[in-house]
Amino acid sequence: MEETMFIDPERCIGCRGCVAACRECGTHKGYSMIFVDYLDRSQTTATMPTICMHCVEPTCALVCPADAIKVSEEGIVMSALKPRCLDCRNCVNACPFGVPKYNSAMHLQMKCDMCYDRTSEGLKPMCASVCPTGAISFGRYEEIVPLRRTKPVNVHVFGNQHVETKVYLMLPTDADEVKVDGCGVFEGRLGTITQQQTTSESWIDMQVEESDKSNEF
Amino acid sequence: MAKVGNLKRITEQFGPHLHDAPYDGWRADRVIDKVVPTHCPYCGVQCGINLLVEKNHVVGFEPRYDFPVNEGRLCPKGVTAYLQVHHPDRLVHPLIKRDGNFEQATWDEALDLVAAKFKELQSGHGKDSVGVYSGSSLTTEKTYLMGKFARAGLGTRYIDYNGRLCMVSAAAGNNKAFGIDRAANPWDDIPLAEVLLIAGANCAETFPVLNKFLWEQRDRGGRWIIVDPRETATARQGDIHLQLRPGTDVALANGMLNVMIEEGLTDDAFIAARTNGWEGTRELALRYTPQLASEITGVPAEKIIEAARLYGRARTGMVMHARGIEHHTNGVNNVLSYINLVLATGKIGAPGSGYGTITGQGNGQGGREHGQKADQLPGQRSIMNPEHRKHVCDVWGLPEEELPQAGVSVVEMFDKMREGEIRGLLSICNNVMVSLPDTNQVRRSLEGLDFYVCIDFFMSEGSRYADVVLPGSTWAEDEGVTTNSEGRVVKINKATDPPGDARQDWWIVQEIARRMGRGKYFQFDSPGEIFEELRIASRGGNADYYGITYEKIERQKGVFWPCPSEDHPGTPRLFEERFYHPDGKAKFHAIEFAPPAEVPDDEFPLILTSGRVVYQYLSGNQTRRIGFLVQQCPEPYVEIHPDTAARLGIVDGERIKVVSRRGEGEFPALVVRTIRPDTIFIPYHWGEELAVNQLTNPALDPVSKIPEFKACAARVEKIHTRELPLFGKSRRGAERSAVTRLTDR
Repeated sequence: MEETMFIDPERCIGCRGCVAACRECGTHKGYSMIFVDYLDRSQTTATMPTICMHCVEPTCALVCPADAIKVSEEGIVMSALKPRCLDCRNCVNACPFGVPKYNSAMHLQMKCDMCYDRTSEGLKPMCASVCPTGAISFGRYEEIVPLRRTKPVNVHVFGNQHVETKVYLMLPTDADEVKVDGCGVFEGRLGTITQQQTTSESWIDMQVEESDKSNEF
Repeated sequence: MAKVGNLKRITEQFGPHLHDAPYDGWRADRVIDKVVPTHCPYCGVQCGINLLVEKNHVVGFEPRYDFPVNEGRLCPKGVTAYLQVHHPDRLVHPLIKRDGNFEQATWDEALDLVAAKFKELQSGHGKDSVGVYSGSSLTTEKTYLMGKFARAGLGTRYIDYNGRLCMVSAAAGNNKAFGIDRAANPWDDIPLAEVLLIAGANCAETFPVLNKFLWEQRDRGGRWIIVDPRETATARQGDIHLQLRPGTDVALANGMLNVMIEEGLTDDAFIAARTNGWEGTRELALRYTPQLASEITGVPAEKIIEAARLYGRARTGMVMHARGIEHHTNGVNNVLSYINLVLATGKIGAPGSGYGTITGQGNGQGGREHGQKADQLPGQRSIMNPEHRKHVCDVWGLPEEELPQAGVSVVEMFDKMREGEIRGLLSICNNVMVSLPDTNQVRRSLEGLDFYVCIDFFMSEGSRYADVVLPGSTWAEDEGVTTNSEGRVVKINKATDPPGDARQDWWIVQEIARRMGRGKYFQFDSPGEIFEELRIASRGGNADYYGITYEKIERQKGVFWPCPSEDHPGTPRLFEERFYHPDGKAKFHAIEFAPPAEVPDDEFPLILTSGRVVYQYLSGNQTRRIGFLVQQCPEPYVEIHPDTAARLGIVDGERIKVVSRRGEGEFPALVVRTIRPDTIFIPYHWGEELAVNQLTNPALDPVSKIPEFKACAARVEKIHTRELPLFGKSRRGAERSAVTRLTDR
């Protein structure tokens, strides 16, 4: 599959249309696999969507003792295979992006598979279909990147771990990689987030995390 | 007697309850019987959407990629819209209130009671003792029918609609300046504009899918000037944010015009050839130096100059605005002063150059065109104009002396209810206990009525006060047209039948008319038949729908009015050659700044403004029942600047009391740097003790009669509790309600 996803946080208006639409996907009906977070509502209305980044060497698959997480030929990291999933939640804890969810009723890990049921039929994933602004877009690199003023980045550095992803972040920066140090503080030239400003979190940030970022359901 | 009665029992029976799944749960093994292309029921973008139907139930949606406005895109309200159709709270029986409780009734019982009461009131107190209050989320066919029902069915002068709380300042301003009330450009023009000036419109939350066009413009190198007292998601993304004091738009626009005149950025050839009234406006604007404008608005003079240069120097540009500038006692003047900028620079009537108001309701445009406004007849005709009266009476077959004269606006109608002049009311498609200003006064008005009838598909906070509630239909259960915010007429298609005993609204209204002996004017068997009459009634008017047919709408993916003949393709862009005043010219209006009706003082030192959040639609009667949406925003809150909060000793999340001259309410504080220190903001979608409208000022714009929702004086008081309300267990609005079958009730 030549198409992939492009996440452009600058455009995100925080409407969570993607979060609602994700629930309509045939493979995880009723449950959303997307997170949209306020960066810090006390300072700004800025928000950021998180979907599975579909890593080239996915940490979730590397830590899986049962080899339950497969990567398709097109580079899509699939949800855990039900007969294999051991219920251990290693993947949920290990993913550097915090993406996989754990379905306690089904004893199964679940995550974004880039709407495999849709893309295999030539349809766009649900989130990228509904996103009003193009903060989440689906298409070919040469189709989307020339239209944007932001820069595609698909290398993330978490401490000592370098992660290359199939999904691109579109950033207003000249860096080639997104670097996060041990304390989780972003080091690029993205916006004006300073250490001092991120210390207190608004209740609305926490409310979103409670409802949105529960990795267990 | 319109009293609420047994509130506890009513909310137990009719909600709002949270529900968050298709009627038979989330299932992946569906066999879809049909896919119905239609439009979202919510805002004025009217996004295309495909509804998935299985066994006569709407069970999901699929993006409608082929509809050119949204190309599949939807906001969270649109995504979850289908969940309201089979919601367990749906009203499925006619209800008559007895001893404070609603009891199920048959249609004959309920309709006969309504007809008998209306007849009794009218024979005792005159025709005008019964009023009609309608809405703009109805299809255009229904809005036409409501106007005809009031005038030809009831014979009352008192009819108005909830656009009075919404687009009416823009409508009045457009008519004064251009001689017609419609957005001037299709949204396809937005990406062609070098600069967008967006005033009082938080498109990110209120018209999310419009952002598709805004970002296309941006991708081409376009710039945004955003005028808003809050740094909204829209303002954050803009290039220049003019964070003005609420209600000072006239000074800001005049200040910008001043800079453009001083720097020679006006288009004098355009002004001479196509406008009237420039001299007076020019002289007035020369007095509004950027320094003076800065003092009034609180925006730094340099920013006003920068914005004026950006817009003035651009070759193409569009001005758009919404409720933020319109919900004021100076609403019409605010609109006119921004239109002055458009006319002075000649940026109108060409690709990428233009102007438009962004209507809030789904059919905000169509609903204000065909005669449910107090002074209006179909086709944007005037009820005061003898020729217009004759035209419409001929179409209706109504003797002209039977056609009532103009009525009054809805806030004034509610005054007349307290005064006893209006004693009976029929309302459809509105929720007065949420949306009208000064909730406590509204309650007194309702309680003063002898008889109150509501047509609704969910029990709204307003309907609770009714004597009779008639169960109507959702948008998925009927067909008809709506007109979106750019003037494009689109077609809503029927996906399923109304549940239980619920009926289509046009059937209900006609049955009341028939039982009052006026059946000969109401012989429609389908929305299509109403539309055929509407076409003829609107013919030759400003909003001319004569050339529009259902078939043409489907074929062209919408038709822009005016469309005077069947071979006419419609008119996407207005004013390319002429404006709609008799001389073909547009009019400048010299507008002097005047403050809002209520300004801060020692007792009430803050400016309270109200608005919306993306998860709720208008009065919330539809969206406050959908689990996903409520989970995102369970309750209203008050945005307050950290400096103001620190001065008052208020911390983030603390429950505080907000007080105005009219009432008070308690809300959790959201301490944010994105609001002005002199201003607080509360979203308005909730009723009763959660209503910001307990506080707002019912002062009206003298022309449009729109209330001043966007600025009143208020103060904040600390209540000494450490409870963080949104985290209390009882307040987690997120629990999924059990799926109960509609027939169980």
